[in-house]
Amino acid sequence: MPEAHIARTGPRILVFSTNPISDPGIDLVGSAHMRYQPGVVTIPVPCSSGIRPSWLLHAIEAGFDGVFIAADGGDCAFVPDCTTRTAKIVDTAQKLLTEHGHDPQRIKMAAICSVCAEPFVNHMEKFSAALEALEV
Amino acid sequence: MSEPRKIGVFICHCGGNISDYVDVEAVRATVEQEPDVALARTTMFACSDASQQEMIEAIHKEGLDGMVVASCSPKLHLYTFRGVADRAELNPYRYVQANVREQCSWSHREDRAGATQKATAIVRAGIAKAAASESLENFRVETLPAVLVIGAGVAGMRAAISLADLGLAVHLIERAEHPGGNLRTFGATFPNNRSGSELIQTLLEEIQQRETITLYTGAEVIERSGSAGTFRVTVRLSNAETITVPVGAVIVATGFDSYTPAEGEYGYGLPGVVTLPEFRRILDESNADGQSSAGPITVGGRPIKTIAYIYCVGSREAEDENRTYCSRYCCTATVHTALLVNARDPSVNQYHLYRDMRTYGKYELLFEQASRQGSVFVRWDPDQPPEVRGGGKRLLVSAADVLDGGDRMEIPVDLTVLVTGMVPSANEALVDTLKLPLGKTGFLNEIHTKLRPVETVINGVMIAGAAQGPKTISESVASSLAAVTKSAGLLLKGYVDLEPFVARVDAARCTGCDECLTACPYEALQKITIDGRDVVQAIPSLCKGGGACVPSCPEEAIDLMGYTNQQITSMIDAFAREVEYA
Repeated sequence: MPEAHIARTGPRILVFSTNPISDPGIDLVGSAHMRYQPGVVTIPVPCSSGIRPSWLLHAIEAGFDGVFIAADGGDCAFVPDCTTRTAKIVDTAQKLLTEHGHDPQRIKMAAICSVCAEPFVNHMEKFSAALEALEV
Repeated sequence: MSEPRKIGVFICHCGGNISDYVDVEAVRATVEQEPDVALARTTMFACSDASQQEMIEAIHKEGLDGMVVASCSPKLHLYTFRGVADRAELNPYRYVQANVREQCSWSHREDRAGATQKATAIVRAGIAKAAASESLENFRVETLPAVLVIGAGVAGMRAAISLADLGLAVHLIERAEHPGGNLRTFGATFPNNRSGSELIQTLLEEIQQRETITLYTGAEVIERSGSAGTFRVTVRLSNAETITVPVGAVIVATGFDSYTPAEGEYGYGLPGVVTLPEFRRILDESNADGQSSAGPITVGGRPIKTIAYIYCVGSREAEDENRTYCSRYCCTATVHTALLVNARDPSVNQYHLYRDMRTYGKYELLFEQASRQGSVFVRWDPDQPPEVRGGGKRLLVSAADVLDGGDRMEIPVDLTVLVTGMVPSANEALVDTLKLPLGKTGFLNEIHTKLRPVETVINGVMIAGAAQGPKTISESVASSLAAVTKSAGLLLKGYVDLEPFVARVDAARCTGCDECLTACPYEALQKITIDGRDVVQAIPSLCKGGGACVPSCPEEAIDLMGYTNQQITSMIDAFAREVEYA
């Protein structure tokens, strides 16, 4: 058995990032020698306005403790009202979660820009703490 | 259940950038067990020629129908490995890059177990995505044969001329009232004493001879839309009018500012304490031809007989994390200035208080020449920096010479020159408008320091000159010509192949409810009639690939190619599985 086989600690968070904006921001966390917990994994998509609410429910039912949408915010090159659209997706997904007996607070969204390494790390810390509080 | 796929997985050590923090062999052995994986290997450098060749051979030999490379961010090598797939006649869109460096090994350096577990999950998600991938073809879009160059300093002006000579129209915009940037009024430059203002004048004449270059001064970029090949950039002109220029590419050559010492930093603010750029202005202004006319040097009416240069002021600062870097040009600029002073008045005593002498490459000859002419070099340690005191008629500079046992010497001088480095120019509005990527020091950031040194993460936007970091004039021009080449490479073909990540509507599920029509701002979705039913169809050439229509469909009938429901949900499932090592 490899030395690496030790149980994971901390909440498991699925992040939806965006190719042009928030994914480079999350890359920068690594490039800048900052860190967050390895229970955070990322699926990059072109734009946060294109995320299906059902994917968020799917993630929670598959075992993730929370889903974080690292939204494009005002920097989006696809749609000018990206934030409003993404917020609507979050709203729909939260309702879906509630219908299926999950706490809607398991979904969080914030705009992460292409150089927002530090804000991302802070969001992960805060969201992890919030998810841990839910689990009590 | 369909036949398993035959996916090849290559896990990169990246020297040690990945394997120092992730047990890549454990990852390999685990993902090898996945039903869709035909082979899984580790490699020291996946991007090396030898490794790429190995991938091509494996694709042929094993008949691979999908490939995953677990390495750096897709921002670096997605296109490298898509190219590998393409050369091996595997559809490039059956390739998936798994980011286990920026988003794993580098982010979890202190947690080898966690990082290895996460890397395994990332590779599994990549395999899941590749397994659900299908062959796709690019779409071709015509590009505009024009480039916007921002900043008319030596880098921007040189770029404009070369772009025009390649047959591209150029809009050259400069924020200041006059073109020329930092060199506009500068005298002799190293290594050949050519005057900076003459260089600029020569470039300006070349620009004026080219009808396809339009120079706007007092102008600023206020808006950008579109994408590589077909940008539209709005510029506010000096008369407050705005114009919109259609361009295929943008070169940002906004230069640098000189560091301004704080009040009291090495005596800055005392009479007789100036920065190197200030001293150069004094020399240049008192010397019409910019160089060797003889005669005493005076500052504020006082004759200058002894000068102390204090190097590395504001550079290589351990305490200020924004200025840890070396400005690389200043050592050479200072010894060159000492040569100019010596040519003017050989009786001037010159003391160089330096930390490390970095007159690299051919510039070493200038350092030697200054030493032979009598310049005295005193090496100081950052723990014991020089001090500058005023009060009397002359300044008193004291320094501990580390090469002479660390004894402190006191030098009475007429002038102290603080050798200040380069800092990023103040460009917040431009950075914000173009969404330019900045590095930790505030200079513009390239995609890859070695392999893609003038491109940015924004496709079609290049960087040139000292806007990227401290550079000499020659280095600025070299990078500006590289940016020209990258822009021309993008535009001279006349078209770009766009990725096929566009919307697709499943006509069988579509009820023709129109929800998606209002979701798309590009009118890329249109109503058609198939077999008497009203359904929606996506028009690939109009689709921008953002996917905003995807969640709008109540029937879940729309997929974005490359990000289909099947791909995303199988990635989620792969991520969610517990990692048990093989």
